[in-house]
Amino acid sequence: MPKSEAQKELEVYRKTGDAYLSNEDKNMNFSKSDKPNKNIKEEILLILQQVCDPEIPVLSILDLGIVRGIIPIDDEIEIIITPTYSGCPAMDAIAIDIKLKLIEYGYKKVKVSYTLSPAWTTSWMTLEGKNKLKQYGIAPPNDKNEKDFQKRINNLLFKEEENIECPQCHSTHTNLLSQFGSTACKALYQCLDCREPFDYFKCH
Amino acid sequence: MNQHQQINESIKCLIDQTLHLADTCLILGQRNSEWCAHGPILEQDIAITNITLDLIGQARNFYQYAAKLLVEYEQKQATEDTLAYLRTEREFKNLLICELPNGDWANTILRQFFFSTFQVLLFEEMSHSKDAQLSAIAIKSIKETNYHVKWSSEWVIRLGDGTAESKERMINAVDNLWMYTGEFFIPAKYETIDVVLLKEKWLQKVKEVFDEATLIIPDKGFMQSGGKLGAHTEHLGFILSELQYLQRVHPGAEW
Repeated sequence: MPKSEAQKELEVYRKTGDAYLSNEDKNMNFSKSDKPNKNIKEEILLILQQVCDPEIPVLSILDLGIVRGIIPIDDEIEIIITPTYSGCPAMDAIAIDIKLKLIEYGYKKVKVSYTLSPAWTTSWMTLEGKNKLKQYGIAPPNDKNEKDFQKRINNLLFKEEENIECPQCHSTHTNLLSQFGSTACKALYQCLDCREPFDYFKCH
Repeated sequence: MNQHQQINESIKCLIDQTLHLADTCLILGQRNSEWCAHGPILEQDIAITNITLDLIGQARNFYQYAAKLLVEYEQKQATEDTLAYLRTEREFKNLLICELPNGDWANTILRQFFFSTFQVLLFEEMSHSKDAQLSAIAIKSIKETNYHVKWSSEWVIRLGDGTAESKERMINAVDNLWMYTGEFFIPAKYETIDVVLLKEKWLQKVKEVFDEATLIIPDKGFMQSGGKLGAHTEHLGFILSELQYLQRVHPGAEW
C-alpha cells in the first residue's frame, strides 16, 4: 500500500527529532502489551499534524516542537504542550484547537496540560518546519547562531544575529530593524539588496 | 516549632515569594502596556508591548503556581484570576519601582533597564532553586529577559550619549528612579533567594552601561522600600482600580 502524505511526513518527524515525545516516551521500550497504546499515539500524532499555529498557519504544532507528551489513560487522552514564550497568546487557542481536532476524530475526553520544563527552544523546530517558514516568507532561526546566541546576547549590544537570509531573494546582506516584531518570537529585518522588510523567527 | 509548623511556615513563605514575583511582573506589565499605541515610533511601541507580553506571561506562570499552592496546602479557593483581580493594595507585594508612573520614554527605558538587569540575576539564582516549578519558570523566563536587557541597555546608551535633550531626560530619570533600586536587594522574610548577593553584579552591569552612556551613578542616598511587604506609593491604588475594575463590577465576567 503506498504511503499517504501524512505517513511520509510522520517519518520526517521521526528522523528530524523526537521533540514531540516526553522523556518517558523516549525511554519507553514498547512491549507487546503496550502496542495498542503505541498505535493510539501514532494516530494522534497524525491528527496533531493538522493543528496549526494560529499566528503562523503553515506551521503545525509538531513543526514548532511544542508537543511534549501524548498520554493515553483509559478512554482519556492527555496532550502536554509547552509555550514558546511565557506570554504567547496563541497557547490558549492552540489548546482549544487540539481538543476540537481530536474530537473530530472521535476522541471525546481530551485534556491539554502545560509544562514549562525543559524550556522550549527553537532548536526543537523541525527541519521541515524551518523550510515551511522560509517558503511562507519568514526567515527561520539560523542554526549556526542558535547554539550560543542566548549566552552571548548581552555582550552583543548594538549587534545583531548574523547571516540572516532574506526569504525573498536569499541574500544575507540584511539588517535588523527591530528586535521585537509582529509577535514575541519574531524580529523585524530588512534585506539591503531587494529592500524587502521581512520577519525573522529569532533564536530562543 | 514542631516539624508540622515548620513545613507550614515554609509553604507560607513559598506562596508569599511566588506572589511577590507575580505581582512585580504584573504591575510592570500593566504600566508598560500604557504605552500601547503611544510609543515614540512604531517599532519601539511594538518592542515595549512585546516586553509587556513577556511580563504578563511570567506573571501568569507565577500566579498559577501560587494558586495551586493555596488550593493544595491552605484549602483556599484561588485561581490566577482571583489573585490578580481580587486582592487589595496592601496584599500586593510588587517592587515599588514597577508601580511608578511611566513618565517620559527615558524614564520608562531606564526603569526597564534597572529592572530587567536585576531580573536576569534573580532568575539565574532562581534557576538553581530546590523548588522545581520556580526553577522551571526562571529558566523559561531568563531567555526572554535577556532580550529585555539588551534592548533597554541600548536605549540607555542611545539616549544618555545622545542629544543635549535626551541626556537631560536620562539624568532626570536617574534622579527620579535611583532611590527605588535599593529595594531589589533588601530581602523580605519570605524570600529564599539571597537577593543581597546580587547587588554587586547588578551595580557592575549598571556601571558598564552608564559608562557607555556617559551617565553617572548617584552617590549613596536614601533608598525607599516597602513594596515587598505591601506598603505602596499612592500610585498602586490607581493602577489596581483600572486593572480590577471589570472583575469588581461584573464578578466572574469572561471574554
